[in-house]
Amino acid sequence: MQMYDLPDARGHFGPYGGSFVSETLTQALDQLREAYELARKDPAFLKEFHYELKHYVGRPSPVYHAKRWSGQIGGAQIYLKREDLNHTGAHKINNTIGQAMLARRIGKKRVIAETGAGMHGVASATIAARYGMKCVVYMGSEDTVRQVQNVYRMKLLGATVVPVESGSKTLKDALNEAMRDWVTNVDDTFYIIGTVAGPHPYPMMVRDFQSVIGEECKVQVPEMAGRQPDAVIACVGGGSNAMGIFYPYIKEEGVRLIGVEAAGEGIETGRHAASLCAGKPGVLHGNRTYLLQDANGQIIETHSVSAGLDYPGVGPEHAWLKDAGRAEYVAVTDAQALKAFHDLCLLEGIIPALESAHALAYAAQLAATLPKDRILLVNLSGRGDKDMHTVAQRSGLKF
Amino acid sequence: MSRIEATFEALRAARRKALIPYITAGDPGPDMTVPLLHALAGAGCDILEIGVPFSDPMADGPAIQRSSERALKKGVGLSDILGMVREFRTKDSVTPIVLMGYANPIEAMGVEKFVAAAGASGVDGVLVVDYPPEECGDFAALCASNGIDQVFLLAPTSTDARIQEVARVGRGYLYYVSLKGVTGAGHIDISDVAAHLPRIRAASKLPIGVGFGIRDAASAKAIAAVADAVVIGSRIIEEIEAAGPENAVKRVADLIRPIRAALDS
Repeated sequence: MQMYDLPDARGHFGPYGGSFVSETLTQALDQLREAYELARKDPAFLKEFHYELKHYVGRPSPVYHAKRWSGQIGGAQIYLKREDLNHTGAHKINNTIGQAMLARRIGKKRVIAETGAGMHGVASATIAARYGMKCVVYMGSEDTVRQVQNVYRMKLLGATVVPVESGSKTLKDALNEAMRDWVTNVDDTFYIIGTVAGPHPYPMMVRDFQSVIGEECKVQVPEMAGRQPDAVIACVGGGSNAMGIFYPYIKEEGVRLIGVEAAGEGIETGRHAASLCAGKPGVLHGNRTYLLQDANGQIIETHSVSAGLDYPGVGPEHAWLKDAGRAEYVAVTDAQALKAFHDLCLLEGIIPALESAHALAYAAQLAATLPKDRILLVNLSGRGDKDMHTVAQRSGLKF
Repeated sequence: MSRIEATFEALRAARRKALIPYITAGDPGPDMTVPLLHALAGAGCDILEIGVPFSDPMADGPAIQRSSERALKKGVGLSDILGMVREFRTKDSVTPIVLMGYANPIEAMGVEKFVAAAGASGVDGVLVVDYPPEECGDFAALCASNGIDQVFLLAPTSTDARIQEVARVGRGYLYYVSLKGVTGAGHIDISDVAAHLPRIRAASKLPIGVGFGIRDAASAKAIAAVADAVVIGSRIIEEIEAAGPENAVKRVADLIRPIRAALDS
């Protein structure tokens, strides 16, 4: 792992990644790749990006030692990277700022985005408002119902939200529809992809913008705990918050990297969204990666209590890290995630996003097996306000 | 000489343009595909494109999305489709067949197994929408050694360098996407198409087919004035959808005949 310098020039992470798109988008992706190559080496671009992260997002986000919760579990100490405290309430804003700055640089005045739980849509609408760009967000019609508050947030921010009725009416179909918009309006439109998937350079670019999370942790955790953590744990849908916190730790061989997928109602039931744990490699949304698919190569519908993890693919770098053995991938069920959600509410006074609650649930399981001097760092990737409806419904309550 | 080459050579000799329809395999039902293919050939089509349905057809508009969903509901998979081609070939050994679709169903079958089975079933060409030249070197080599022409797309956004690259690897014909958009879009601009084709002609001697957005005899005839082949997909799918299974074969033939006549007039 000393020589980790992936992806290659065409966006490959070993056999994964790449650029599997129809011809119309090839030129736009070339333009984006060139613009990003220049921007990532341009001190002025990086300076502005970090200025925005500090003054608009509120970075650095703190690392918090969840002492009561750790004490109750009775094992390893759990530290939380508080991405939920960012402006707009999740890690998504880090990436949308970077991409919106690029859009401005290459003269695109209209941005589009796909969204599942709505957090990436809100983050895109937010930065579009700030930069004076037109913003259209595609969202599966099923998700517009379960995340109705985020739909309204996006509208308040001036964005147009388009409910997508095709296919399974969730995140993957929103991504299909955003791609169709992009093909049609490629001259004036920038597609802000919300996760570390899609054609090159998106997986690399989104990872780079999100890696501020792990960079901060590498400084903060030793300041608080005297050393680097034993394991870094993050939930994985597409995998952007996980890549953001994992990436700076890849070369730290003593640090375990653990991605937590959504096991939904249980992997054995088939109703889940655990692409790495239960999928097979294939090609979807512009990249080769692990996919949930049937024997005919059709993408199958996923199930998770958390809309943000309800995706049948995963970023190609995670596929590579899995095969290379550098990261481990596990899955927790809806029920396990909900228990961790409530525990964190009651013991730490923090309401986590249901996505992040998957990482918390696995951290609690792992902590219980470890001595008290071990350190687990969990990416608390977002706050749970958006999930009030879902959780209340599960508890038999109505507003 | 491949069946596709032979077809274009014969058309050139007769000073005619190729008419290429697209239907989604298994829509409106698995038993309808072969009768529809025969009807299309009988009504004057020269090359038949068969869509392999995929759950996530990113490059397709609503009509082809719906047809894919209908076919998938009937459980139609790639091996069923190769069976349809074999059945078609028992009565028609002349009309070329091109499979068009997305990479994942092919990769799920296994590229080697697919290419060998496709060649043995009588498939002449394959167009994989999300396989650009730089991502499918192995697949291209397999196609070549199994006598299958790999057809590639070019678009209004393709640069000269890109056209050269696609011209180098493309076989059979080049498929020019007439507009920025998805299949079935309604904003084709014929003078814009005419302006783009000379750049492609300069790079390749392959025949050029134009598709996306051609809906009737008039637009087909106008495109045929500048291209070698006209591809019609969504309009046929809509006709099948409107006709229902009982009338689809007749209605599709009725739709094609005046277009053929216009191309020949």
